[in-house]
Amino acid sequence: MKDIRLEYEVIKDDFIKAGEASSKIKKVLKRLGVDPSVIRRVAIATYEAEMNIVIHSEGGNIEVVVDPERIQVIAKDQGPGIEDVHLAMREGYSTAPHRVRELGFGAGMGLPNIKRCSDEFSIESIVGSFTEVKIIIYQISKQSAQ
Amino acid sequence: MNTVGDLIKELELEVMAGDQEAMDKAVTGVYIGDLLSWVMSRIETGNIWVTIQTHVNVVAVALLGEASCIIIPEGAEIEQDTIVKAEEEGIPLLRSKLSAYELAVRMEACGIKK
Repeated sequence: MKDIRLEYEVIKDDFIKAGEASSKIKKVLKRLGVDPSVIRRVAIATYEAEMNIVIHSEGGNIEVVVDPERIQVIAKDQGPGIEDVHLAMREGYSTAPHRVRELGFGAGMGLPNIKRCSDEFSIESIVGSFTEVKIIIYQISKQSAQ
Repeated sequence: MNTVGDLIKELELEVMAGDQEAMDKAVTGVYIGDLLSWVMSRIETGNIWVTIQTHVNVVAVALLGEASCIIIPEGAEIEQDTIVKAEEEGIPLLRSKLSAYELAVRMEACGIKK
């Protein structure tokens, strides 16, 4: 099987379209016959990554590469970057503004949720430049779902 | 009780969106919550989702979390974008005058467990 590559643009502050990239990714994985528990983990991770880009960034994109062994998700935005990545990874810590919290977002669970769904997780952020979250979820489970 | 259609009859829910196919979806349990990240990571396939959030993104969360339907309690106003999106995506969007707690009690009496 040839690797399948999907790429979606995510726009800053676009709450109307928010979640669409994740929904599309999920539909493709279903069509490919990926295991439902793996799809669920990818769906949660991509949704959280998508919302992070919508809420916190200047916009970005989500790239998914599917091969028979694993699914790799790279969510990269165009800044402003995270000052303290260690703090951002702490559950419950959030810099989301009040108007976003009123919509039920910004609970400080995004990055921890992404990490929990991943077999491999890495985050790189440069203030004033970008944040890139990269995760890998194996199709043949090396870790129980959650 | 095993479908969304049965639930609508039993709880006298107001149907805001959802076609017949969606009404035949099986109901497996219920999850109540308004914090979207929390809901995403906890809701199970086929769960009824009760939430007071009514903006359009609840449809994405319901889809990704594979909820069987969304119930908005306390007769809350629902944004038009949300109704349109739920219709497009085939997610039953329902409304009740009851509170989330009263809905939970009624659902328990109908045999719907966690």
